[in-house]
Amino acid sequence: MTMSNAANIPQSATAAATVCWSCSASLKESALFCEQCGKIQPPSGGYFSVFGLEPRLNLDLGMLEHQFHKLSRKLHPDRFGRASEQEKEWSLASSSLLNDAYRTLKDPISRTRHLLRMHGAEIGEEFAGKDKKDPSRAPADLLEEVFELNMQLEELRMGDEDAGLKQSLSEARKKFVALQDEVDDQLRAEWAKWDEGAEFGNDAAREAAQKTMVALLDRRRYLSNLVREVTETLGDS
Amino acid sequence: MAANNENGRVVGIDLGTTNSLVAYMEGSTPVVIPGVDGSNLVPSVVALDPVQADGGRPTVTVGNSARQALIETPERVIYSVKRLMGRSLAEARNEQKFFAFRIAEDSEEGPDSNEVPRVQLGELRFTPPEISAYVLRQLKRNAERFFGAPVTQAVITVPAYFNDAQRQATKDAGRMAGLDVLRLVNEPTAAALAYGLDRAKEGTIAVYDLGGGTFDISILKLRDGIFEVRSTNGDTHLGGDDIDNLLLTIALDEIFAEHGVDLRQHPSAVQAMRKAAIDAKIQLSYQPAASFDIELPNGDRYQREIPREVYEDLIQPILERTAGPCKQAMLDAGVLPEQIDEVVLVGGSTRIPAVQQLVENLFHLSARGKKPHTELNPDEVVALGAAVQADILAGSSKATEELLLLDVTPLSLGIEALGGTVAKIIQRNSTIPASATEHFTTGVDGQANVAIHVVQGERELAADCRSLARFDLKGIPPMSAGLPRIEVKFLIDADGILQVSAREQRSGKQAQIEVKPTYGLTDEQVENMILDSFDHAEEDFSKRLLIEARNEADTILSAVERAPRNPAWAQLTAEEKENIETAQTYLVSIKAGEDQNAIREATVALDQATRRFAELMMEAAVSTAIRGKTMETAGEEMGDEIQAPHPMARAEFK
Repeated sequence: MTMSNAANIPQSATAAATVCWSCSASLKESALFCEQCGKIQPPSGGYFSVFGLEPRLNLDLGMLEHQFHKLSRKLHPDRFGRASEQEKEWSLASSSLLNDAYRTLKDPISRTRHLLRMHGAEIGEEFAGKDKKDPSRAPADLLEEVFELNMQLEELRMGDEDAGLKQSLSEARKKFVALQDEVDDQLRAEWAKWDEGAEFGNDAAREAAQKTMVALLDRRRYLSNLVREVTETLGDS
Repeated sequence: MAANNENGRVVGIDLGTTNSLVAYMEGSTPVVIPGVDGSNLVPSVVALDPVQADGGRPTVTVGNSARQALIETPERVIYSVKRLMGRSLAEARNEQKFFAFRIAEDSEEGPDSNEVPRVQLGELRFTPPEISAYVLRQLKRNAERFFGAPVTQAVITVPAYFNDAQRQATKDAGRMAGLDVLRLVNEPTAAALAYGLDRAKEGTIAVYDLGGGTFDISILKLRDGIFEVRSTNGDTHLGGDDIDNLLLTIALDEIFAEHGVDLRQHPSAVQAMRKAAIDAKIQLSYQPAASFDIELPNGDRYQREIPREVYEDLIQPILERTAGPCKQAMLDAGVLPEQIDEVVLVGGSTRIPAVQQLVENLFHLSARGKKPHTELNPDEVVALGAAVQADILAGSSKATEELLLLDVTPLSLGIEALGGTVAKIIQRNSTIPASATEHFTTGVDGQANVAIHVVQGERELAADCRSLARFDLKGIPPMSAGLPRIEVKFLIDADGILQVSAREQRSGKQAQIEVKPTYGLTDEQVENMILDSFDHAEEDFSKRLLIEARNEADTILSAVERAPRNPAWAQLTAEEKENIETAQTYLVSIKAGEDQNAIREATVALDQATRRFAELMMEAAVSTAIRGKTMETAGEEMGDEIQAPHPMARAEFK
């Protein structure tokens, strides 16, 4: 582990530069690299501008991967093995920004969370450890089932090895996974509304979609924590 | 061509537990560079030479020539030091169960001790990176001799599952050896590069790497020359050594039960027995059975036949331990066994037929009419891949300009939260470089420091993860509790090593931070351990080659001078003795000259003339050790722990 100078670390929150520092061409394909003169740019910009994309929820994942590979070829530290210290630093910062952006955007849930947060939505943290209890409450329609599930989990943890118990837990898990898929479908439907609102400056439509999605994400997180808990207790990932 | 680049060549190095290799790209093909003795493998053995008559600091011998010292002066020799890289003192003590070495007695232990363990060799003490640096320096010299030019830049491979401290220790070793380490590459990924180079491959491949001491599995997606690692998993304490230990334990228990002889009281006999176990293991990869036939101190014979079926039943639980990591890796990569197009086998232990069978089952290969890839020598493939990566980094080479490796971090990075739990900030299998930004604040009015504990691992409690570092954010401007907003940026670089930086956002001040790595050397310590300050001086290069040639000549000459005192000498024929004397006299006469090549040739000739003597000496030492007659001193020096495979095993059992 080593220390580096904080001043050189880019802030992903800062606005993207729009023109190349070297040739002043506008940066269309990516904020990190100039297509005109081939120069690496000081790392800046958010995850979408890294890929030269408008912030939208519906993304062409094939294009995203293609662009990721293309930019990796330009920015990866392996391309700067014998370059100047300044270029090495930019390459390290830019390629980590690129990797972080790709990791976040390629996954539909993390992409949605990221974009909504950028627009001021407050979304609870993902499950982050045993003692970090999920603050969100069980959705009303699931209260009964969750109560039942928790009882069964407790019995299993107490050492009850009953096969019927395991069977019933694994069926419950199946059901929750199906509910999770349902939420995903509902989310996708909202994506289109949000994107359209953003595209045409219809803030009311965008905000309505956003509100629905925040609720859906809460529900989804609750479900995925349940599934995780059952899987951990059953020990059969 | 990279080769003619003004910056010189970049070589690829496989710094292994048992053997090390150096390779380079010859045009578009990676090639291993042999040592002076013509062998591609340099045993990772380091011996401290006898004390100099003039009282000067003793010199060090590495590789094949260090093997002899294992018999003569075992207390001055160390092997398998890779197991100690980046380890704490407590972890190093634990390693003593697996192989023999001495920890310096004045080593301080304590909960806060971040001291790097030091190994006692004769009268001197060395840190593990220093010992590895001697191996690296030998490889560097082999390459320089081969090219006739200095070599100062290298790519070094590490197990994919190595943590931050182990990676840092490897980089430190490179620096001490006078090498600018351009990149650390994961071993399975390097193997994939070696395999993927010659054909434009597309698809998903798995690399199964079972070596002497570590196991790695990596799943990669190949497309348009991009090698994108999707997931990696492994076990840093799983390998051929475990099989050796198992066979040895069974034999020792049987000997005690059937003959009432407790061989564990005779450390050198244990080592000899282990040698027999390794012999049997290797035979069982090619033959339906192997056998032990050993004379015991009480005159009894321990005779035992091991049919391959019995052997396979015995080792199955060890091999099964590789299944879990493989399944987890597939799960993390989001692929099913059927979606793996090719499987590549790496590491000496993959020569075991039962391992190949297990791999076929794990990845459903037979049903799909596929076989795992074994075309490249499993001992060399990692070094070859390192050479490919070296060529990529050197740039401007046609052979590799389209290739790019995107690797991942094997372990999640987290910070200790309230209650000792871990908040993960970078998940395992994230493509590197990767970063995460976290915000911290104060809990008390006017608080000026915030302590942060960084860990690596998958467990939920910080105490169960690997502690990387603790640091204090200092100099926070006095504010009410909760008001300061300190932004800390964690960045894992392309070598898999963490960098940290911080700033206080409200005051705009950069918070001072001092990172105390939990284990590892400081920059100053590394600086002081650099082996040769003259290594960079190019004008001295030919002079240095000559000095080295003379040093090598001196090493073998002094060994030959001591030879007649060894009982094994009597077993040589008159002709053999005469040949040795002729070669000896010739080397003495030519050594004073200025022709380093002639000195080298004469050294090799003397080495070859004494080869049978070395073998006889080995055999004598082993058989007398079994009878418990000699090597008592050696035994006492080595302690009575179980011993690791004898580095000579390979040469002996061919």
